[in-house]
Amino acid sequence: MNYLQHRISSGIIAVVAIWVCWISFTQKPAEAFLFPRVIAVFFLILAVWTFAKAILGRSRVGNGLSRTAARNMAPGVAIAGIYIFWAAKAMGFYTSSTIAFFILLSLYDPSPNSEPKTWIKRVLITIGFVAIMYALFAGVLKVYTPRGLFI
Amino acid sequence: MEFIYYFGEVFTPISMLLLIGGTIGGLILGATPGLSPTMAVALLIPFTFHLSAVHGLILLGAAYTSTVAGGAVSAILLKIPGAPANIATTLDGHAMALKGEGAKALQLSFISSLFGGVFGVFLLIFLTPVLAEWALAFGPSHLFWLAILGVTVIGSLESNSVVKGLLSGCIGMWLATIGFDDMLGVKRFVFHSSLGGGVNIIPALIGLFAIPQVITMFANGRFDQDFERIEVQKHPIGDAFREVFKRMRALSIGTITGSIIGLIPGVGGQIAGLVSYDQAKKFSPEKAKFGTGHSEGVIAAEAANNAMVGPSLVPLLTLSIPGSPTAAVLLGGLLIHGIFPGVDLFENHPEVAWPFINSMLIGQILMCIFGIYIASFAARVAQVPKSVMAATVLGLALFGSYAVQQSMGDVYVMAVLGTMMFFLERFGFSAAPLVLGLILGPIAESNFVQGSMIANAQNGPMSYFFSGTLNIVLIAVVVVSIGYSAWSELSARKVAQ
Repeated sequence: MNYLQHRISSGIIAVVAIWVCWISFTQKPAEAFLFPRVIAVFFLILAVWTFAKAILGRSRVGNGLSRTAARNMAPGVAIAGIYIFWAAKAMGFYTSSTIAFFILLSLYDPSPNSEPKTWIKRVLITIGFVAIMYALFAGVLKVYTPRGLFI
Repeated sequence: MEFIYYFGEVFTPISMLLLIGGTIGGLILGATPGLSPTMAVALLIPFTFHLSAVHGLILLGAAYTSTVAGGAVSAILLKIPGAPANIATTLDGHAMALKGEGAKALQLSFISSLFGGVFGVFLLIFLTPVLAEWALAFGPSHLFWLAILGVTVIGSLESNSVVKGLLSGCIGMWLATIGFDDMLGVKRFVFHSSLGGGVNIIPALIGLFAIPQVITMFANGRFDQDFERIEVQKHPIGDAFREVFKRMRALSIGTITGSIIGLIPGVGGQIAGLVSYDQAKKFSPEKAKFGTGHSEGVIAAEAANNAMVGPSLVPLLTLSIPGSPTAAVLLGGLLIHGIFPGVDLFENHPEVAWPFINSMLIGQILMCIFGIYIASFAARVAQVPKSVMAATVLGLALFGSYAVQQSMGDVYVMAVLGTMMFFLERFGFSAAPLVLGLILGPIAESNFVQGSMIANAQNGPMSYFFSGTLNIVLIAVVVVSIGYSAWSELSARKVAQ
C-alpha cells in the first residue's frame, strides 16, 4: 500500500471537490446551480472523508502505481498523448495512426528487435490495421477525419 | 404476447447480418483476456450511431450476450477468464481441458449458456412490460430517487470500498452537470472549450472503459503472457446435450440463481457464476469432484452468467437502473438514439424495444451454434499480443470517439477521462459508478428541478421528496444498499485481520 500516493490522489480529488463546491455556491443565477449544489455537498463530504483516511494511513483499497509500472507505461502514454493531442489533427488521422501504431507496436512487442522478420511482421500488422480502419471509417461509416498535412 | 408480433424485424437481412456479426465478434472479443464485455460494447457504440436505433441495439445486444459466453473459451482453454463473469468456469473447465475434454467443456459451456440465456431473456420479456406499466405511477420525486438509487447501488455493490464507490458516482454526476444548463442556458463548469457542449456520453464511455485497459497493457511492459493452449479434440455434440440434460440439477441451479442475481442492480455476472457454482456444489452428491474437471461446475457457472444477461436489462428498460456495467453502456446506446427507458419505450417505441429483446433470444441460439464451432479459432485469436491489442484499442478509441460528432473536443474528453480513470482505478475507484453518475445525472437533475418547482407550489421540498410510500421505499433501499455494503466491507476486513 503506497500511502503517499493515496494522500496525493485523494488530496487532488478533495481540491476538485472544494472547487466544485465553491463554484456551485458562488455562481449566479442560483437556480442553474441548484442540482450541482446538492451533488457538490456529497462530493465534498466523501472526498474529505477519503482524504482524511489517506492522511491517517487507513486507505485499504488500491495499490497505487509501482515504479516499474510507471517506467513501463511512460513511453506509451507519451506517444499516445502526442498522437491524440497533436499528431491526429496536425498530420491527419490515418498518417498519425500509422506512425503511432508502429511505434507502440515496436515499443511493447517482446519479439527480438535484431531479427528482420520481427520488423516485417510489425510493418505488415500496421498496414493491416490502418487498412481496416480506413475501410471501416472512411469507406463504410463515411467519417470525415481531419486531414492535417497528410491524410 | 406482443413480442411475437415483432419477430419479423429480427429476420430481415440487415438485422441477421448484425446479429451474426455481433455474435461472432463478441465471441472473439469475449475470449480475449483484457478486453472486457463492457469495453467491447462501449467501443461498438460509435458504429451504432450510423444505424437505426433498432439495428444499433441488436448489434449491442448480440455483442453483450456473446462476449459473456465467449469468455468461457479462454477460461477453459487458457485458464484465463475472458471476463470476470467466467471466473467460476476456469475451476472445472480448465481441469476438463487438461484431461483432454476441452471440446466437451466448451460444448457444455455453450449449451448451458443457451439454456440459461433463453430463460433469462424470457424473464426479460414477461417482467419488463409489467414493471414498465408500474413505472407509470412514478412522478419526478420518484424518478429522482430512482436515479440516485441506480448510482448508489452500483457505487456501493460494485466497488471494493463503499465510500470510493459513492465518490465515483458523485464525480460522474458532477461531470454530467458540465456544459449549458437545460432550463436557463447558463454555462456551468466550462473550463475548456472542448466542454462547451458538456461531456458527451459515448466518448466518455469509450475513454472510461478502454483507455485504462490500454495504459494497463503499457504498464505491463514488453511482456506477453506465455499461454499454454490446449488443442481441442473432437467430441460428439449429441453427447454434450445428453450430458447437460443428465445434469439438470446444476443447469437449474445455475439458471435460476443467475436470473435472480441479474435482477438485482449492480451485482453482475461475476457473482452469478461464483454463487451458482457454490450452490451447485452444495446440492451435488458428487461434491468431491468439483474443481477436478466436473461437468456440473461448468454447466452451473455458464448457465448462471448468461441467465444474468436478460434480467440485468429488466431494471434498465423499465426504471433506467442498469443491472450491470455493460447494461449501463447499453443505456448510453439507447439515450444517443433519443430513446428513454420505461413505459415510453414500450408504448412509443415498441418497434425498437421488442425486436431488440427478440434478437437477444435469437442471439442466444446463434451464440451457441457459433460458439461451438469457432471456439478453437477464438482461442487462437485470443492470443493476439498485448502490444497489438493496446495499439488497436487506442486507435479504435480515437476514431470511435471522433466519429460520434466529428469533434476533436470529444477525443480530448475521451483521453483525459480515460487517463484519469486509469489513475483512479489504481487507488480503488471503479468506472461503473462513475459511468452511472454520468448517465443518470441528467435524469436525476431534470426530475430534481421539476420536483423542486412542484414542491415550491405545494408544501415545500421536504414533504415532496421525503414523504409518500414510494419515496420512503426508494430512500430505504438506498440506505439499505449502502448500509449492507458498508457492513460487508467491515466484516470482510475483520475476517482479513
